Amino acid sequence: MAEHPLPGGTTAAKPSGAPAPDGGRRSSLADMGKEAGLAAFVALMLALPMGGFKTTEAVTGLSLTFRPLFVLAAVAFVFVGRIVLIVVRERRGVPRGDGGPGLMDRIARGASQGSTTIGIVILAIAIVMPFMPFSSRYLIDTATTVLIYVMLGWGLNIVVGLAGLLDLGYVAFYAVGAYSYALLSTEFGFSFWICLPLAGMFAALAGVLLGFPVLRLRGDYLAIVTLGFGEIIRLILLNWYEVTNGPDGISRIPRPTFLGLEFTRRPVEGIPAFHQYFDIPYSGQHRVIFLYFLILGLALLTNLFTQRIRKLPVGRGWEALREDEIACRSLGINPTNTKLTAFGLGALFGGFAGAFFATRQGFISPESFTFIESAIILAIVVLGGMGSQLGVVLAATLLIVLPELGRELAQYRMLVFGAAMVGIMVWRPRGLLAHREPTVLLHGRGRGAT
Amino acid sequence: MAYFTQQLINGLTLGSIYGLIAIGYTLVYGIIGMINFAHGEIYMLGAFIAIITFLLLGLAGVTFVPLVLLLVLILSMLFTAVYGWTLERMAYRPLRGAPRLAPLISAIGMSIFLQNYVQILQGARVKPIQPVLTGGMVLAETDGFAVTLSYLQLIIIVLTVVLMVAFSLLIGKTKLGRAQRACEQDRAMAALVGVNVDKTIALTFVMGAALAAVAGVMVTLYWGVIDFFIGFLAGLKAFTAAVLGGIGSLPGAMLGGILIGLIEAFWSSYFSVEYKDVASFSILVLVLIFMPYGLLGRPEIEKV
Repeated sequence: MAEHPLPGGTTAAKPSGAPAPDGGRRSSLADMGKEAGLAAFVALMLALPMGGFKTTEAVTGLSLTFRPLFVLAAVAFVFVGRIVLIVVRERRGVPRGDGGPGLMDRIARGASQGSTTIGIVILAIAIVMPFMPFSSRYLIDTATTVLIYVMLGWGLNIVVGLAGLLDLGYVAFYAVGAYSYALLSTEFGFSFWICLPLAGMFAALAGVLLGFPVLRLRGDYLAIVTLGFGEIIRLILLNWYEVTNGPDGISRIPRPTFLGLEFTRRPVEGIPAFHQYFDIPYSGQHRVIFLYFLILGLALLTNLFTQRIRKLPVGRGWEALREDEIACRSLGINPTNTKLTAFGLGALFGGFAGAFFATRQGFISPESFTFIESAIILAIVVLGGMGSQLGVVLAATLLIVLPELGRELAQYRMLVFGAAMVGIMVWRPRGLLAHREPTVLLHGRGRGAT
Repeated sequence: MAYFTQQLINGLTLGSIYGLIAIGYTLVYGIIGMINFAHGEIYMLGAFIAIITFLLLGLAGVTFVPLVLLLVLILSMLFTAVYGWTLERMAYRPLRGAPRLAPLISAIGMSIFLQNYVQILQGARVKPIQPVLTGGMVLAETDGFAVTLSYLQLIIIVLTVVLMVAFSLLIGKTKLGRAQRACEQDRAMAALVGVNVDKTIALTFVMGAALAAVAGVMVTLYWGVIDFFIGFLAGLKAFTAAVLGGIGSLPGAMLGGILIGLIEAFWSSYFSVEYKDVASFSILVLVLIFMPYGLLGRPEIEKV
């Protein structure tokens, strides 16, 4: 119904994602005014209670202050904005979505075809970045954070992008990894390099244990159960005082060492520190750079692993399962086992990232593992374009750097963040760098990489 | 026994609130098959609009309690419904026909946006409100423990039942309800036989938002404090309730809501308050493992 223009009808008069009316139709001034008026009325209804009145806490209870200007501004903005939007759309004539592939589509295709080249260039930039004259501690720190999210994105990509399982509780495995490392190193004194694989294994174990009963569930049910598990793990971390120290978290988590060399100014007797061993002056920067390369290596490991396993039977199985479960079953693929490997491997990398997070921060508490983290990681995967490894890098950079740049905006930055998520999805529902080519082609046409 | 009865009453009250929010999830999921993640935020907006209308009515000098309640209820439902409509229009309608994950991400984005929107407009501090309706009746008294049913609890439970009946009739008997059920089964076919699909979906969001607003008003009255973050957990639990009852089913949502409310009330009174949320989520997981379509849901048959 909505796809056909009804003269004067509200459905047709509004420009929307649905195919716009054919180019020949021009709305009259009256139509335009009516439509903009309607939009302004909606804005009035939205702004009047929430913006028009501000509740302020006083000694005697709540009191109200009236802000008429706010409402007027919102209404005027929407009215004018609507008219501008209509005019722009009429001028363009061509409805959105038609007229061949857009700029972004061409970029996406280029990125997917030249992914190896682009990947190498990005990697080269990432390697030389810390040694550039402009690099600062802040820059490297931010880059490290971006890389943590890139790694988490790549890990979750195995689950969501390749196997098509919607996991809303990925942060649980990140938390398991972080707490495993923190507890093993503070309680038993194990070094980072022993703990890292252990943390990954614990997380993978958690993934398999949680996955086993629930992977029979279909799409959205799986999503909500994983969300529930994520919350359960966070609540357990929060309330199990004896082990996790509850909301106070675990502090003084040991830092990683470089082949046994510590990054301290004054090391323990007998073991030289990093700067003494290499006979260079001490600098706090060393550890920051070391951590940066550590996460770069871990992230690359995740990427390499994913790229390789995609070509193995199990990886092919994931992608086949994502496309059609019934067909897979009739071809003899065991859906539960195949899904479980994806879930477990995704969790493994989440656990690695968690261990790294714990050692980098030196302090962890359940607050770092809330649902919003899961949402951000999932957003990175989906915004980037599902299954696209480069897309994850782009989306992670965007989602982490944007709020950083917007520090001056302070309270508005999360507002903008949310709006950007909606905006990007509306603009490109398949993700920024979404471009899918078949992984396998008959007669070896095409290289079979995405 | 007295303690048990008291917890039963508390659980039913809490469950009614969850149930009302859960209906919004279930309606939307039924009709467009997506998790409306921002629905919890709509409920939070409803609570804020309720508190603002309360204060406004207080300034206007309206003090007759039933009138105040009625006006607050109507105004909150009205204004919150506009938010529900706008949400659908801005974040979901452009994504109709997009890959399944796209609306979910857009919903999460909307949820973050709305939380911060309210935080910026109204401040991050907790908003307390004077009790509007006090008093109750003592149902039984044993060993110095009185089982009380406050008037507020009574109103919440009765109002929920009334709304439930009204909405069941709306969906079962009216033209709009028929259109909704038609869209639920097959959107393209419904459009072919003259159902305005976009309008029907928009109205579904409006209905869900209005019910969430009722829940918001009730919570404002019942707990007396709200803040901009209440939507997240309530939304999560209401969604749990909807899934528990069998998503897409209206009585299921109510049943799920009441079950979650009861589990929470009993768990926190007999076991530990800290783990009450763990209890509700664990029940959800257990139900889904053994009854994958919830208590009252219809199994979906996947056709090849």
